[in-house]
Formats: sequence, structure tokens, C-alpha cells
Amino acid sequence: MNITSHEPHAAAESLSSTLAIETRELRKVYGEGNTEVIAMQDASVSVRQGEVVALLGPSGSGKSTFLTAIGLINPPTSGKIWIGGELVMDGPNAQTDVRAFRRKHIGFVFQKSNLIDFLNARENVQIAMELNGMSHRDASVRAMELLTSLGVGDRANHAVSMLSGGQQQRVAVARALANHPSVLLADEPTAALDSHRGRQVMELFRDVARQHNAGVIVVTHDQRTLDVFDTIYEMEDGVIHIADQSSSH
Amino acid sequence: MNLAFKDIRKNLGRFIMTTIGIGMLLMIVMGMAGIYRGLLEDATFLIHKIGADLWIVQQDTRGPFAELSRVPSSLVYRAQVVPGVASAREFVFHTIQREHRGALLRMSILGLSWPEDKGDWLQLVAGRPLRENHYEMVADKSLGLQLGEKLRLGKDEYTIVGITAGMVSTGGDGMAFTTLLDSQAIQFDSPAEAIRLERAARDNRGQVSEVFLQQPQLTERLALPASQIPAIAAPSLSAVLVTVKPGADLSQVKSIIESWQDVSVYTTAGQEDLLVQGIVDKARKQLFMFRVLLTIIAAIIMALIIYTLTLDKIYAIALLKLIGAPNRVILGMILQQSLLLGGLGYVVAYTVGTQLFPKFPRRVVLTNEDLIQLAIVVFVISVLSSLMGIWKALKVEPNDVLMS
Repeated sequence: MNITSHEPHAAAESLSSTLAIETRELRKVYGEGNTEVIAMQDASVSVRQGEVVALLGPSGSGKSTFLTAIGLINPPTSGKIWIGGELVMDGPNAQTDVRAFRRKHIGFVFQKSNLIDFLNARENVQIAMELNGMSHRDASVRAMELLTSLGVGDRANHAVSMLSGGQQQRVAVARALANHPSVLLADEPTAALDSHRGRQVMELFRDVARQHNAGVIVVTHDQRTLDVFDTIYEMEDGVIHIADQSSSH
Repeated sequence: MNLAFKDIRKNLGRFIMTTIGIGMLLMIVMGMAGIYRGLLEDATFLIHKIGADLWIVQQDTRGPFAELSRVPSSLVYRAQVVPGVASAREFVFHTIQREHRGALLRMSILGLSWPEDKGDWLQLVAGRPLRENHYEMVADKSLGLQLGEKLRLGKDEYTIVGITAGMVSTGGDGMAFTTLLDSQAIQFDSPAEAIRLERAARDNRGQVSEVFLQQPQLTERLALPASQIPAIAAPSLSAVLVTVKPGADLSQVKSIIESWQDVSVYTTAGQEDLLVQGIVDKARKQLFMFRVLLTIIAAIIMALIIYTLTLDKIYAIALLKLIGAPNRVILGMILQQSLLLGGLGYVVAYTVGTQLFPKFPRRVVLTNEDLIQLAIVVFVISVLSSLMGIWKALKVEPNDVLMS
């Protein structure tokens, strides 16, 4: 199945024609024989640089499987994945050092904050940059800048457990953005945020996509922020397809 | 950023308690080695200090420190005339246990060959060596006796004139030093009633003995204490100590004395070897077994602790992998924590041990060699004990973060 992306957002007209993410006929099968479950099939998606894509779908539809496959966490059973034009997965076989690739090119934000509990807010952001080779001092300065820009600068030296859910989520967003990723993957990132903060985060993703030419895929259930996205996909029973925009909006 | 320290910072209380626990365990391992060294030093200390070249002891015995040895007093004179011998002196050593100030007092008494030896070689921390032929005693401070204190042993009272430090016998008993005659008097002291009965028995034997009937004046000699009757006295020395002349051939002197049929002779080194192989060796093996067991236990406990610490942060490890942390960062974190635990445990062991060991009833000697050896062992078990945690960390998939 080859999907041609639909572009509801006006600004999408000016997007780069270079692809940030491309998947071709991704398929993921768990188990075998009688216990075989097809979690994803023939998922072919193209996301251009600077494009913000929403992925909708009920629980168990395969959204997370798709996202983790692109995130080089959960290899597909078959199919291919290109990121920034580089073939990174050919079936279950990685074509690169996936962990190093993730570190340099992919940012993750999840429903739960996913912060390291023994680091404070600033250190959670800082570690991502230090792992990528940035000096301790520079990483610390940039972490503060990111946290401040997300409105949690005053909580930078607080333990993660001392932050509210929303604050934790913003720290996670800051960490995802830390290394200027070319791909940003978010799994229900606004679930723990109020509508105002939720919209702010979605708009932030769009700004990041535009400024850094990053391809952004966001799994979301939040219908109120869909206008932020350039393209909306739906996934059901492992099959991905373009959303009917009239029903989505 | 050092992740190991950051993690410890979060669980500081638990880490400190664990470190103290490991430290105490390592302190016992350290102490076991120290006890062995103490035994070894105690066993050989006197032999070194006495400074004889040869020890003449009862035939086929291992010397006065290892077992009972009895040689006749006349052996001194026989030894003195051996070519190459500079001097020969008497040596008496025995252990007694008496009541003093309402408590049991156990001490090993060494008789000094007066007047040649007044104890000038003793490590005195107070008082002086012997100045009188009788009724003076130098005692080790481990016996708890005070300078000037009077001590009744047998029928006589002895005054403590000097205090030594660290002078204990192979059995760990504090040493006391008197003149040879006094030490014999203490050793062969008999109750008055026993002496009376012995005299009466001798007198009766004299009534029917042909010798005494022919020489009645001998009967008068029988009234003397047994140890003072030359013809029938029991051998009263533990050993005879020989010093050879400068330039003399020690092995030749030894072989001459060995040719006598009633004694055995050892060099100082030989006497030491006998002690180490005899008395100390079993203790060494026993302590070594305990050390091995305790080291294994410490390694298992450390491994479990590191494993538990790893389990506690397994989610964080998966997350680190998700954001691209290479394995070396994660493994380094676990290994550093393990090494830190072992290293700090070692410091705790040493710090507490050096405060505690001097209070032990027997000497605990910490040598650099043993301390370095234990440090290496701690390093090895720290690395080994981190392997289980590392294995668990390697198995974690970043996908676990999303699935949890």
C-alpha cells in the first residue's frame, strides 16, 4: 500500500520536497503459527523535512509498533525504512548503528514523561547532549535555555519526582529537542497536559519541524490540536491510511 | 556527567548502609589475615629477640615453644667446650595459671640466665630490667600488672620492676621474665605437705637402700628439695642456647652437638620453621579457609546488591538506551558503582579495623602485603559482582520503556 500524503495545513505548501522519513511496506508480525499476530502491514509513509504528521487510531491499532519501528527500537519483520535519505532498516536488519543513529537524529517524547529518576530536570536534558559529544558546560547552558523556553527553567535543578506531570512532559520535550533531531517521534505527548499546554507543545513541534527541517510524527488522541498538523494519518488493525480530514476536523 | 554518582546521590542512605555492611565484612577478612600475622609474629618474636645461634633441646622434641623439653643443667658446660662456641646459657620457659587479685592470671615465664642476661634486650615501656638475682620480675603489659605491684607465686613474692609491650608467647599469653633460678622455683614449687611426704618417702627408701646404709651422710642430702639434689634431680632446663664465635662454622658446631645422643639441636631459623609449620600452620590453614569463605560471601552479597541496584534503575537504563547511550556508558555506570562500593567498603574496613583490632585480646597485625593483597581481591570481586548487573542491563531493550 502506497500512501500519498494529504496536506491540510496551509503552510505545508512551502515544505521541502526532501524526505525526512520514508517507509515502504513495513510489516510486523508477533508470534508464529496459531499465535501469530500481524501488528502492522504494508505501512508506507513519506514525511518531508519540516512536515508535522499526526497519527490517529484506537488502542491496539499498531500506532506504537509503527512509531517504534521508525524509531529503530522495534525492527519490522519486513519492509524498509529511510531516514534523511539513508536506508537504516532493511527488514529486521539494521543498516547502521541504530543506537548511535537514534542519539544523533531521533528525538522521542512519550505519553509518560520518561525521565531518568536519579537525574534532575536539567541533567535529564543535559545527558542527551553529553552522550552526543557536547561538553558538560555547553550542554548545561543549552539545557537551561531549552527548559526556560518551555517554561520550566525555574524547576531546572529540581528532582523529577518534585515536578508535576506537565512539567515532566516539558522536560521530556526539551530532551527530545536537545540534539536538533531530524526526526521527532512523539507518542501522545500531551496526554498529561491541559489543553493550553497541549497546544503549546504541538505548536512547538511544528516550530521545531519548520526551523530545523525535521520530520515530526505525533501519535495523538487530542482532536483539538489537529489543525497544527500538516498531514493526518489513521491506523486501524495494523493498516495505515490517510485520514478523512472532514471527520477529523 | 557521572551517572554512577548521580544514582548514588538519589539512594545515598541505602548506599552508605550497604557500604558499611560490606566494609564490616571486609574488616573481618582483613582481621583474619591480621590474626594470622599476629600468630606468626608472636610465635617467632621471642626466638628473634633472644638471639641465639643454636637451640639445644631434649632429643626428638621440637623445642620449648612447641612442646615440653627437658635437658640437664650440665648440658651448659658440655656446650661451652665445643670448639667454636662463644657462650652457652640456660633457658627455662613454662606457662603457669594462678589466681591474682581474685582473677585468673595466665602467663608464660622465661628464665633469664643471671648474671649474663638481665633482660637488657627486652622492649621496656616502663621501669627497668632485672637488678637483683631474686624476687624481681619484668611483665608484659598485656598481663595487666602495674609497676611496683607484688605478685605471689609459690612461696615467694615478686615485684614488678619493668613493663614490656607486645611480648607474648606462641599461645598468646603475656610473658614474664625472672632470673633462671626464680623461674625454676616457680616451676617446681610444691606445697609444704608434698615436700614433707616426699622427704619421708626418701628417708624410708634410704633405710633399706644399700647405698645409704653404707654412706649414712647421704641421708642428710635427701632433706634438700628434689631440684637441688644433683644425683637424682629431674632435668630442669628447657633448652640451652648457644652463641658461636664470630667466624666460626655454625654447621660444624651444630653437627658436633647433633652427634650427642641425648639432644636435638636447631638453628634459630630451624626453630622458627618448626613453630610456623607446627603451631601456626594449622591456624593459618583454618584462617585461610575462613578468609576464602568470607571473601566468597562478600562477593555474593556485593553481586546481589549491585544486581538489586541495577534492577532498581532498569527503567532508566532502558531509557538511556532509547536516547542512544552506548553500552559502555551503562556498563561503566554499573561497574563504577561496584568499584565504589568495594573501594569505600575497603576504606571502612581499614578505618574501623585499625581502631578495633588493638582492642582484641590477641595481636592483629596488618601488613602492607596483606592490605595490598586484599585490595586486589576487593577489586576483583567488585568487577565480578558487577557482571550479573551488567548482564541484566545488557538484556534490557529500549522498547521496554514504551511497553511499560
